[in-house]
Amino acid sequence: MSDSKIIHGSAWVFGDEINTDTMAPGAYFKEPMEVMAQHCLEAVDPDFAANVKAGDIVIAGNNFGVGSAREQAPMALVYLGVGAILAESFSRIFYRNAINFGLPLLIFPQAKEIKAGQLLEVNVLEGVIANATTAKTYKVEGIPEHLMHMVDAGGLMPWLKEKYEQSE
Amino acid sequence: MPATLVQKIIARAAGKEAVRPGEIVTCQVDLALLLDSGGPRRIWPRLKELGVGVWDPDKIVLMTDHFVPAVDAQSAAILKLTREFAKEFRIKNFFDMQGIGHVVLMEQGLLQPGMFACGGDSHSTNGGAFGCYMAGFGAIEMTGVVVTGEIWMQVPETIRVNWDGKFPNGVVAKDISLHLCRELGMDNAFRVVEFGGNTISNMDMMERTVLTNMAAELGAETGLIEPDEITLESIRAAGVEPAVDALEWCSDPGAHYLATHEFNASTLAPQVAAPHKPSNTGPADDYCDVQIDQAYIGACVGAKLSDLHMVAEVLKGRKVSKGTRLLVAPSSNKAMAVAAEDGTLATIVAAGATLLPTGCGACAGLGAGILADDEVCISSTNRNFQGRMGANSSQVYLGSPYTVAASAVAGRITDPRDML
Repeated sequence: MSDSKIIHGSAWVFGDEINTDTMAPGAYFKEPMEVMAQHCLEAVDPDFAANVKAGDIVIAGNNFGVGSAREQAPMALVYLGVGAILAESFSRIFYRNAINFGLPLLIFPQAKEIKAGQLLEVNVLEGVIANATTAKTYKVEGIPEHLMHMVDAGGLMPWLKEKYEQSE
Repeated sequence: MPATLVQKIIARAAGKEAVRPGEIVTCQVDLALLLDSGGPRRIWPRLKELGVGVWDPDKIVLMTDHFVPAVDAQSAAILKLTREFAKEFRIKNFFDMQGIGHVVLMEQGLLQPGMFACGGDSHSTNGGAFGCYMAGFGAIEMTGVVVTGEIWMQVPETIRVNWDGKFPNGVVAKDISLHLCRELGMDNAFRVVEFGGNTISNMDMMERTVLTNMAAELGAETGLIEPDEITLESIRAAGVEPAVDALEWCSDPGAHYLATHEFNASTLAPQVAAPHKPSNTGPADDYCDVQIDQAYIGACVGAKLSDLHMVAEVLKGRKVSKGTRLLVAPSSNKAMAVAAEDGTLATIVAAGATLLPTGCGACAGLGAGILADDEVCISSTNRNFQGRMGANSSQVYLGSPYTVAASAVAGRITDPRDML
């Protein structure tokens, strides 16, 4: 497996029940992603979109991605460079959408132990989360095998492309 | 081994004798609902990128409801592209500006018990009231469905929710849904909720869809209701013959449920969900000191014909309070037409309400009825997340059509039973 499944970044910490309206606000629905992404999560953290860096890791409580099926929610996070999301639990549609964009998600029961700005290294295949700031390591379930081919391919589109190129 | 309804549908769609919760299977899709929001505008460029067409135009249903009617050049362009997609791919089930997709699907008799259906919108759970599997998926995933006609599933667990007893006057399905958001929480991912009990078997299909619609707010994969004669009558009323095996699509006696919850409808009071989540719920009376700027009747869940009838029942001989505005956006053209014919709209307009076009409108933060900073709204819609209906500092309360109409008359949140 490639090293791209090892993700290094700073933690951005959010609470419970962060919904997709706050990630992709309806007011910017008709705008292109470069505009919408600048408003991602602004209702809960106005500094996030401007300051998140490639590979940074979103930490959250329960039911991350609750609400609307809008795919712009995970797309905005991917656009901003988020490397992975670790949460106590995820909403079903958000979970499926994120995997379909190749954005790795791990269920992380101890998410509340992580503080904003701590440096993390995450192996999404193995489900190993190392907190470099506290020198503590956590073991969680890795991404299920049946979904890994999707994440490995970079999401549903590259996966479909492979499929249709092979069949030609 | 006895199976729940959803497990039987998934097994059939996956071409298997039986499935067990947690198992990963691939299902053949019987119906794919695409909307203007996440439909052609997001899927068509991907079809071009892949160099492929759609798997079966007769299994695709396309509707315009989020961006209708166009309010600017961008929404007009989205609608134009949606119409061009329907033409290009010969989608004969294309309903342009006929109403909100989830409601039109039922009015057209397109749902049958036992079907396996996917929709590109989270409230696709609405369709489960017909005893079919119907759940919401993102546009990226619907691209896969439209191309391949199949989708992977993790077979969900089933939670059974029984409601028995007769509603007190002024209490309706919406009050059940809001109450359940508090009781069951909003984090029921990868589970389905099967609704039963005599309160529900006595409801018409419009009321039943309120329960399955807001299975989305429970975070459930979907909601289902076992079909009965009322289900079949609704399909026939749309001019469609029910499938011959329709009534066989029920859970088996002795099927395993992850949990069973029993509730009594006769003691339920009208419910209100306070900002900013649908589970922040309590009896309407608890909020009676909240002054409101706007009352909104709209959305798939809250402006069907039955909802408009509730609104008119409250408004008859009354006026909307000075300083409060009541906006009414019927869920479908058909609801609008019947309500025009039977005098419902006349009552609503005479009370001082503003009638808006059919569509998803302000519920999704689109169209007319958006809120300004610090404004307070009570709404018959299904979500009150921060900023969803307008400014981040606006406050949205959720209630039944009865509660919203009564609150519009009082100018503050009100238990509607005082006016019925």
